[in-house]
Amino acid sequence: MAARMLWASRAAGYLRISVPHRGFATVLKDLKYCDSHEWAKVEGSSATVGITDHAQDHLGDVVYVELPEVGASVTQGEGFGAVESVKATSDINSPVSGKVVEVNEELSNSPGLINSSPYEQGWIIKVDISDAGQLNNLMDADKYSKFCEEEDAKH
Amino acid sequence: MTIPQSQKIGRPLMKLIRLRGWPILQQLHIEEQLLRTSSENWCIINDGTRKPTIVMGVSGKPAELLEIKPVLHDQVPVIKRFTGGGTVIVDSGTIFVTFICNKDAVPDLQPYPRPIMSWSSLIYNEVFQGTGNFHLRENDYVFGNLKFGGNAQSITKGRWIHHTSFLWDYEIRNMAYLKLPSRAPEYRSARDHLEFICRMKDYISRSDFIDRTIRTLGTHFSVEPEELEAIQSVPSTKFSPSSRLLATQEIESALFKVESPKSLACSLSP
Repeated sequence: MAARMLWASRAAGYLRISVPHRGFATVLKDLKYCDSHEWAKVEGSSATVGITDHAQDHLGDVVYVELPEVGASVTQGEGFGAVESVKATSDINSPVSGKVVEVNEELSNSPGLINSSPYEQGWIIKVDISDAGQLNNLMDADKYSKFCEEEDAKH
Repeated sequence: MTIPQSQKIGRPLMKLIRLRGWPILQQLHIEEQLLRTSSENWCIINDGTRKPTIVMGVSGKPAELLEIKPVLHDQVPVIKRFTGGGTVIVDSGTIFVTFICNKDAVPDLQPYPRPIMSWSSLIYNEVFQGTGNFHLRENDYVFGNLKFGGNAQSITKGRWIHHTSFLWDYEIRNMAYLKLPSRAPEYRSARDHLEFICRMKDYISRSDFIDRTIRTLGTHFSVEPEELEAIQSVPSTKFSPSSRLLATQEIESALFKVESPKSLACSLSP
């Protein structure tokens, strides 16, 4: 058991995946996170945005995604779209401010990509960032893992 | 119905609005406004809505969920609401109960669909104690395996809404406007509407249900009545509700979607 855990943590390190000690949710090391469980992959002045593994796990099977229009403005911490799961719509909040330059149209036909591939094929929007300074408000992977653990431990 | 002052200590405040026969679209607009612009906890009880109305969830597609021809012929209004979930037809026999809460209003409750749904079932377990064989079955309120209450939610960053339409009574002919949905709970077992649902009035009176609900809420919250006029007199200029009445053309175009595969098949057949 200990040898398997050691192998798993080495593999996780190689793949740049951080697996929380007690939880099941995956957290990727190179991404930034906000406390409403969205992630941002920042590349230069652009960011790709989605919801985390922790979020998709708690939401349940996603059956519909409400996407913004290309060209819409997004503001850090504010809603830009929604997912429907179980019988609920849940707001998706933007981790960055800027302009939407692309939306993931695949989600209209395959909303379940958010569950099966929250960090890859389940990406939701791409944004031209208007205020790079706001990225300092986001958590790195370790902080976010801890945040999730603390949140789950409270309930 | 008063709660002794001593019992109110330590419980979060919840404002209670009681309506009767209020149009469902206006109720949805009030609810969305309170969810998005208020920082208080609310319970809204609307005892019936005057006009029979179809209400679909945010992702509902008329072509898939409705018998379009009779809906158009009988001019039944169709609303798309801001919350998730399925399609219902509501009328004067429907009792609506809505909870709108801050995410910390209920201790230890995670603001996600399933925990909120479970919490709501605890409330109604108390309401229906000794009445019928009540439970939450998948996401419906049932007596045994017969549905009498449908639920839907919307969750924002710091708040959530959970609202229920209770079938205190219903008209059999109204159920004919609704198709069997492709996304149905397993326990439905492909039963058609009339075999799947039951009337609450066979179990409890209207006034008893409403009184018991308010009394139960009072053991979890400090409930204070509020007049609707108090909310309506403070219009929120930033807010625009998303629940809307579908235009006739939208429903007619759904008929075209339903019929065009059939006419294509006819034209291709020898």
